[in-house]
Amino acid sequence: MQDVILQLDAVSKSFDGKMILKDFDLEIKRNEFVTLLGPSGCGKSTTLRIIGGFEKPDGGRVLFEGKDVTSLSPDKRNVNTVFQKYSLFPHMSVAENIAFGLRLKKKSKQYIDDKIAYALKLVNMASYAQRKPASLSGGQQQRVAIARAIVNEPEILLLDEPLGALDLKLRHEMQRELIKIKKEVGITFVYVTHDQEEALTMSDRIVVMNKGIIQQMGTSKSIYDEPQNAFVADFIGDSNIIDGIMKQDRLVRIQGVDVPCVDEGFGRDELVDVVIRPEDLVIVAEGQGYVRGMVVSIIFKGAYYEIKVRAGEYEWSVQSVNPAQIGAMVGLTILPDNIQIMHKPLSEDAEVTKEDE
Amino acid sequence: MNEGKTMKKRPWLATPYAVWVAGFTMIPLLVIFQYALTSREGAFTLANVMAIFEPVHLKALLFSLEIAVGCTIICILLSYPLVMAMRRLNMGRQGFTLFILILPMWMNFILRILAWQLILSNNGILNFILQKAGLLPLSLANTGTAIMIGVIYDYLPYMVLPIFNAVAEIDEDLVEAARDLGANSLTVFCKVILPLSVPGLLSGIVMVFVPSMTSFVIADVLGGGKLQLIGNVIEQEFTKSANWNMGSGLSVSLMLFVLISMAFTTKNETEGKSSSIW
Repeated sequence: MQDVILQLDAVSKSFDGKMILKDFDLEIKRNEFVTLLGPSGCGKSTTLRIIGGFEKPDGGRVLFEGKDVTSLSPDKRNVNTVFQKYSLFPHMSVAENIAFGLRLKKKSKQYIDDKIAYALKLVNMASYAQRKPASLSGGQQQRVAIARAIVNEPEILLLDEPLGALDLKLRHEMQRELIKIKKEVGITFVYVTHDQEEALTMSDRIVVMNKGIIQQMGTSKSIYDEPQNAFVADFIGDSNIIDGIMKQDRLVRIQGVDVPCVDEGFGRDELVDVVIRPEDLVIVAEGQGYVRGMVVSIIFKGAYYEIKVRAGEYEWSVQSVNPAQIGAMVGLTILPDNIQIMHKPLSEDAEVTKEDE
Repeated sequence: MNEGKTMKKRPWLATPYAVWVAGFTMIPLLVIFQYALTSREGAFTLANVMAIFEPVHLKALLFSLEIAVGCTIICILLSYPLVMAMRRLNMGRQGFTLFILILPMWMNFILRILAWQLILSNNGILNFILQKAGLLPLSLANTGTAIMIGVIYDYLPYMVLPIFNAVAEIDEDLVEAARDLGANSLTVFCKVILPLSVPGLLSGIVMVFVPSMTSFVIADVLGGGKLQLIGNVIEQEFTKSANWNMGSGLSVSLMLFVLISMAFTTKNETEGKSSSIW
C-alpha cells in the first residue's frame, strides 16, 4: 500500500447520457510510467482529466496518497498536465510560461530563475528563454510545455497525447527524451496515447482500454506477447486473428488443419480465437507447412516484406525478410510457442480481463 | 481554377469606396480645416483653433472628458462580467444573449434617448417605482448622471462585442493550463483572460470613448440644455451663432484632442496583435 500514489476507485463518468467510464479501478505506483492506451473514445483522456481535476466523476473516488481528492479543483492538486495542443500562454515568453506556476506559489526570484534554467536545460531549450511561443516549432513548444509542468515538482505528471501533433521523426526523438526526463526527475508519469508503438516503447506498464473498460494491464512485453483477448491482440501490433477449434490440450484446428500449440485447459472442441503475429509466420514451399495459400500482395517495408497470403476465406499477413512471387502457391508454418489461443468473448463485458497479480 | 489569377490583387474593386471617402470625408474635412484656419473675413488665423482654451470651452471639454472616461470605464466594468458569463454558455445561448444586447440598437436613437428622459424625469417612471417602494425620489433629470446613463446605455454594446470576440477566441485549454499550474479563477482572469483580450478591449475603448466624447444629442435631451458637452458647444456655433469658422476651429481642436488620447491608449498595446481599429 505504501507505494501506491494514486487510486481510482469505481470511477464512473458519462457525457450526455453516454457512458464513458464504468466502475473504473486503477492503481498507480510511485515513480511508475503508466500508459493508458486505446482507440479514441475509449475513455483514456477522460480518465486523465478526472485525475487532473478537470472533470468530476459521476460516481467513485479518486484517492491521492490515500486521501480523497475527488472534489478538489485542479489548482489544489499536486499534479501537472502536459496538453496535446501545448497550451502555452501566447502573451508570455518561454521563461514567463515556465515561471507561471512558481510565481503563483510565491517562490523567490532566485529560486524561480534557477528552476527556469534547470528546466530549459533538461528539455534542450536553454537558449530560448526570451522567445515567444509563436516563434517556436511544435516540438519546441511541447518541450517548453513539459518544462513548465515539471518545474512545479508535481507528484504525478499527466501527459495527454503530448506527441500527437508532431511528425514521426520528431515523435521518436521526443519519446527517447521523455524517458530520459522521466529518469532524471523521478516522478510518476501517466501517459495517454492511441499510438501502440509509443506505448510499447516508453511504458513500465500499459493499461489497454476500450469502451471505458480495462481490457488488459501489464508490461509492454506481456501485452504484446500474450494478449488476453482479440481486442488487445488486434490493437497492439499487427495480428492474424482467426477462428479455431480446440481439439485437445496443445492441439488447435485452424482452417481444417490440426496445428500443435502450447495452450492447455480449454474445453474439447471449444471455439476459440487464434492470434498469430505476422513476424511469426514462415513461408515454406507448397505442400509443406500447415496452411496452403496464394500470395496476393507484397509490399517492401524496408526491414522486411509485408506479404498477404490468401488461404480459403482468410488473408494471412506475413512479415518476411525474403520476397515472394505474387500468384505463387506457398505453404505457411509456425512454431507451437508462437500461437496464442484465447477464449471467445461471450459478451462485451466478458472481454474484461485483468492481469493476474 | 487558376490560383495565380484568384490571388491577384484587384485594387480597382476599392474604387466605389475611394470615391465615397474622397467626396464625403476628405473634401468636407478640408473644408472644415479651411473654415477653422480663417476668420469670418477670410484672413488666416489660429484664433478659432485656440478658442478651445477659453474657460467656457475648456469647461465643456473637461465635462466631455469626464463623461467619456466615466462611460468607458463603466462599460468595461459591465462588459467583462457579462462576457465571462457568456463564455460558459453554449453557442445557441451566446447568440441569444448577443441578440438581446443589440436589440435596442434596432430602435431609433432619438426614441431611445427620449425614453430615458421619460424614465429619469422628476415625475418619471423611476421615481414612480421608488415612491411605490417607499423610497425617496431621485432628481436625476438634467444632471450629469442622466447624461452618463444615456451614453452608457447607448454605447455598451460597442464595448461588449469586441471584448466578447476576443475572449471567445481564447482557447479553453489555456484556462485549463493556468488552473493546472495552480491559478484560481481570479488569477486565471487577471493573468490569462485579461491580457489576451487586450486587442478587443482597445477596440471597445476606441468605439466607446470617441463617440461619447463627441456626442451632443444625448446631452441635449438628458441634460436639458443646461449642461454642455463640447459637442453641444460646436453644434451651437454652427446653428445658433452661425459662426462656422469658430465651430470648425473647435472641431479641429477636439479631433486633435481625441487623436492624442487614442495614441496614449494604443501605446500600451501588446506586441504582435493589434486592435482592429488602428
